[in-house]
Amino acid sequence: MIAQALSRSRERRVLPGFGLSLGISLTFVSLILLLPLTSLVGQLSQLSWSQYWFLITDPRLLASYAVTLFGAGVAALFNAAFGLLMAWVLVRYEFPGKRLVDALMDLPFALPTAVAGITLATLYSSNGWIGRLLEPLGISVSYTWIGIALAMAFTSIPFVVRTVQPVLEDLPAEVDEAAMTLGASDGHAFRRVILPYLWPALVTGTGLAFVRSLGEFGAVIFIAGGKPYETEITSLMVFVKLQEYDYAGASAVASIVLATSLALLLAINLWQGRFIKRLHGGRG
Amino acid sequence: MSIRISQIDKTYGRTRALEPIDLDIHDGELIGLLGPSGSGKTTLLRIVAGLEQADGGSIHFGDRDVTRVHVRDRRIGFVFQHYALFRHMSVFDNVAFGLTAMPRATRPSSGEIRSRVMQLLEMVRLQDFAQRFPAQLSGGQQQRVSLARALALKPDVLLLDEPFGALDAKVRQELRRWLRHLHEELHFTSLFVTHDQEEALELSDRVVVMSNGRVEQIATPDTLYRQPANQFVFEFLGDVNRLEGDVEDEVLTCGDARVAVPGVENGRQELLLRPHEIRLEDQPDTRAHLPVSVTAVVPVGAEVRLELEADWLGEPWLATIGHAEFERLDVKRGRRLFAKPSRLHRFDTPRPQTLAPLATS
Repeated sequence: MIAQALSRSRERRVLPGFGLSLGISLTFVSLILLLPLTSLVGQLSQLSWSQYWFLITDPRLLASYAVTLFGAGVAALFNAAFGLLMAWVLVRYEFPGKRLVDALMDLPFALPTAVAGITLATLYSSNGWIGRLLEPLGISVSYTWIGIALAMAFTSIPFVVRTVQPVLEDLPAEVDEAAMTLGASDGHAFRRVILPYLWPALVTGTGLAFVRSLGEFGAVIFIAGGKPYETEITSLMVFVKLQEYDYAGASAVASIVLATSLALLLAINLWQGRFIKRLHGGRG
Repeated sequence: MSIRISQIDKTYGRTRALEPIDLDIHDGELIGLLGPSGSGKTTLLRIVAGLEQADGGSIHFGDRDVTRVHVRDRRIGFVFQHYALFRHMSVFDNVAFGLTAMPRATRPSSGEIRSRVMQLLEMVRLQDFAQRFPAQLSGGQQQRVSLARALALKPDVLLLDEPFGALDAKVRQELRRWLRHLHEELHFTSLFVTHDQEEALELSDRVVVMSNGRVEQIATPDTLYRQPANQFVFEFLGDVNRLEGDVEDEVLTCGDARVAVPGVENGRQELLLRPHEIRLEDQPDTRAHLPVSVTAVVPVGAEVRLELEADWLGEPWLATIGHAEFERLDVKRGRRLFAKPSRLHRFDTPRPQTLAPLATS
């Protein structure tokens, strides 16, 4: 049956180069993604289940999960709002310097995260430009969760902007106009018409930003300070364990980060697939 | 509700989109705005809707001055060329949108909304599709949903922007007839834009022909076709054949062709005629000697379309003749015949003039 189905699909294929291109792609996926993952699993296999459980439920590590999740959550929510606004401004209005702002949106992707981290840490330290202003107000950013969330938000903002922007560009002006001719107020039109259009892209972008934030290291460690139980993020724990030559321990922690990220990415993909199917005529 | 458009004009940058325009639409009238693209017809429609602001002039719906009224408060229904349905909402929610968007104080109860929407869906014959999503409907069905949505709030005027432009020919025919019936039933005042002359002539009570931001003529379809105000209207409303030549003693000569043109002064003249105003014969006569050869034969429905060529013609002529004529003359490609114009039209005079060269025979 399967062989038959395969041979039939082989006959129908018109585009050339399928075997070669898929072969090369899979080779690179294996070399770049799967091989390192395999060594991770190899390291993990030295541990028994109880050792593994003991390692990943270490109280200091549990605290780091909480700090990371909380920071990434705040950053993702902030980016959802700010990224949507940014995409809206970039698509809907014309203003001088628009191209420049548009290009700036990609900066966090291009900038080495460590550079971003050091810059943020300098700016927000108690005698930095911004930190100095915030200090009298009783707000300290460096070495607190605010700093962590800030650094995470900085590195992951392009995810939201760049996923929402093309969808917003595709939204025909007619749809807005239709809502207006039907008497809808601006708020009603935005909530009921525009937001639902952008929703899949917005959720995807926010999800990606969240996943990115979970694994962020370079940008966060300088501003977070890494106080155990308070501002220590999970990826820093991996680093700490590696410095202690505890490869098995590092792998155990890494496996948690990896599993969470993969599960989230898969969930986002599945959800998005279902949502989009409905818009394109599948039975929803 | 009647519409009074007075002195509406619009300029985009350096382009004059609309010269000052006056137009009165009576209560319950169905008016077609007809013109080539760039003639300003869509701009005018969008100004009436309130989707664009005019540079000057005023618009009244009945006694109400709506010139400065926001689109959402104008009480219009608008149908877009590409439907502009909310694709994440079911057909039911699309039609209900206008009702649910009303402020809480005036909004009907959900039961009332429900029965009103179902009634509208029944009217557009889509009651079984209420729970479908727009992507699951054909183009014609989507445009009907869009119409039901526009009518849900009982608008004072219904505005349609090339409503059938995106549909294929057969569906377009059907929807056109159906809209005509709906209009006869409900008598909404309506203004629609089209570039298709057949659509304008079939649907409208009166047609407004526009070009280059100006109104060329406002008339009933019948008058428009029989008494076009100028050459533009004449040419836009159907296929046109040209005959250019030198007139001397009421005879126009062009190469080896000549035809009697009673009442036309001497000099270089251009005359126009429609494909159905050409008769074909085996032999020339004293009034017309216009030798042509048939280069294409296309039977379409009740008539046969012929393409005629000759040395004395700049562009080939198009002629339509009946099937009986077609058989009598034994027309085929390459056949040489003589054309006899039953009517000729002149537009370079102060008033359009129609000649009947064969009338006295």
